[in-house]
Amino acid sequence: MKKTMIGAVCAATLTAVAATSALAAADGLSNGSVKIGVLSDMSGVYKAIEGPGAVIAAQMAIDDFGGQVLGEDIELVSADHQLKADVASSIARRWIDRDHVDMLVGMDNSAVGLAVQGLASAKKTIAINTGAGTVELTESQCSSYGIHYVYDTYALPVGTATAMVQNGGKKWFFITADYAFGHSLQDNTARVVKELGGEVVGSVNAPLSTNDFSSYLLQASSSGADVIGLANAGGDTVNSIKQANEFGIVARGQKMAGMLVFLTDVKALGLDTAKGLQFTTAFYWDRNDESREWSQRFFDKHGAMPTMVQAGVYSATMHYLEAIKAAGTDDADAVRAELGQMELNDFFVKNGKIEANGLMSHDMYLAKVKTPDQSKSDWDLLDIVSTIPAEKAYIPVAESSCSLVKQ
Amino acid sequence: MNIDAILAQTMLGLSQGVFYAMLSLGLAIIFGLLNVINFAHGALYMLGAFVALIGYSYIGPWLGYPDFQMGFWWALIVAPLVVACFGMLMERFMLRRLYQFDHIYGLLLTFGVALVLQGVLSNYFNISGTAYPATPESLRGIVNLGFMYFPKYRLFAIVLSVIVCFATWYMIERTSLGAVLRAGQENPKLVEAFGINVPRMITLTFGFGVALAALAGVLAAPIYSVSPLMGADLIITVFAVVVIGGMGSILGAIVTGLTLGLVQGLTQALYPPAANTVIFFIMVVVLLIRPAGLFGKAEG
Repeated sequence: MKKTMIGAVCAATLTAVAATSALAAADGLSNGSVKIGVLSDMSGVYKAIEGPGAVIAAQMAIDDFGGQVLGEDIELVSADHQLKADVASSIARRWIDRDHVDMLVGMDNSAVGLAVQGLASAKKTIAINTGAGTVELTESQCSSYGIHYVYDTYALPVGTATAMVQNGGKKWFFITADYAFGHSLQDNTARVVKELGGEVVGSVNAPLSTNDFSSYLLQASSSGADVIGLANAGGDTVNSIKQANEFGIVARGQKMAGMLVFLTDVKALGLDTAKGLQFTTAFYWDRNDESREWSQRFFDKHGAMPTMVQAGVYSATMHYLEAIKAAGTDDADAVRAELGQMELNDFFVKNGKIEANGLMSHDMYLAKVKTPDQSKSDWDLLDIVSTIPAEKAYIPVAESSCSLVKQ
Repeated sequence: MNIDAILAQTMLGLSQGVFYAMLSLGLAIIFGLLNVINFAHGALYMLGAFVALIGYSYIGPWLGYPDFQMGFWWALIVAPLVVACFGMLMERFMLRRLYQFDHIYGLLLTFGVALVLQGVLSNYFNISGTAYPATPESLRGIVNLGFMYFPKYRLFAIVLSVIVCFATWYMIERTSLGAVLRAGQENPKLVEAFGINVPRMITLTFGFGVALAALAGVLAAPIYSVSPLMGADLIITVFAVVVIGGMGSILGAIVTGLTLGLVQGLTQALYPPAANTVIFFIMVVVLLIRPAGLFGKAEG
């Protein structure tokens, strides 16, 4: 009797499981839902660039999509990777193995980005990086499930350095953040400068998170360079520009060029200090009606205008969901193939295409910070000076060292 | 490197050194008298900068008087007072309960307070920092020192900090008030027998140490961006300064702070990659040779 009972229970369970999976298979979704994970720095130095704003952006994309895809709910989870690659990896592993997360987005910081992309690829899960800069994500460490969406250390210097050199800034001195990101940024910028006939007269490697840049600025100032190139990010960039202004370096004729500047950095500097600064960006909220409309909705929820990274999270999530709909499944290979077919166009991206190496190549913009007189509101900070077409902004896919690109 | 460049780097080193000196002085006073390792010191420095910023840019609109702004000179007085009050409440209602236990409890409590302050402020303010726009007109611009162009404001910050540091040293080491403070540290029971309210004296001393941190914060606001993490970045270095100078030594804190600022400034010019590590390297050497610190007295 007992045995029969156990047998019956087993049979019933198996039937139920089979029924559920048949149901899931019918609408193409594994585990009966699509789950998106936003993995970002929620408490550290990049919090304002991606962080909680990225979660809001992803949620907006899900809501705008209707909350459901292929008849099932879309779920959102988020976590703080604390800028640590090991923490990020263990969260990603748990999300993929236990919680069946189908796509990871965010991953600001290059070390985090590379670690998570490697892990997600091994587990056949799509990882769309919106926050990290390193070109390695789509070069030697590229993967068939990794997508690099917003910017990279190749695209950033192109517009900025070109504009500066063409305006007479031939001699460059670099203040470089002393880690992989900074060096890669400096190398890529120096390449552009030299191609256009400029020269690099010197450089100094400043430790990450330096409080006081005045000593390095003094070296830059006495080097006789026309342009002081800042191959750093975040607080380091803000402090260097602020202190250059304080020491009257800009007033005495040298120009500052920030290689990676976010909207939040301009906000931190204030227009009085930052005015005239030129940099390359993937997005500015006030560029056209489309971007204004979306950004205003974001502002109403977040209380700040979106950075290019936060806008990128929305765009990436939206296109991922569209790809699921078009493919009729959330199977990673099918969705990735679908994404590769799409031409990406929305308020964030123009002429976007996801290449075989995972690079989303798209138009970039050269921006210039407004003077306090030109600015009409709190967030009226930038002028878009010119558009850098996708084929100039990014490494052409034919030249990629990624093994996925057929030579 | 020519003599002008060395002089220039010396000035820059000095302008970092004064912040180390002010912060480590506050820490030394607190440790000397209360035996508390105040890990919230960096957060209180940050709080000082935020009081100045909020007083200038935010408080008017909050209170419904959009035109009200607390200028820089007022901030120099108000911010240390506000933060000192916060510190004294912290001492009275939190730290006091822990005096009977090991140092480590005070350290953990203050570390927790620091994290809470950083967390709360980073919830409301830009983590990359916010510009403090209230530098007075008279301190803007640069002066030509002959060997370099130097911002007027930094010159002012150096002079004011040095005056405050040595006035504090004089008060503690050379006046009768200081004598009572030092006696309270040696033998609180005996001092109490003279009719002095030792617990209140401890609260006020803690408030004073904290006020020094807040003053440093106000002085830092126009130079660095006001950010919730500005104290966390600095506090580790400042603790190294205190350890090198000798825990609790007043003069040690001032002299070591200024000297290490200079050492760091010169390292930035000579071998930049070591700039952030040089102080810790010195700390290791000093601890190996003189565990009590350069100015500390070994406990006998």
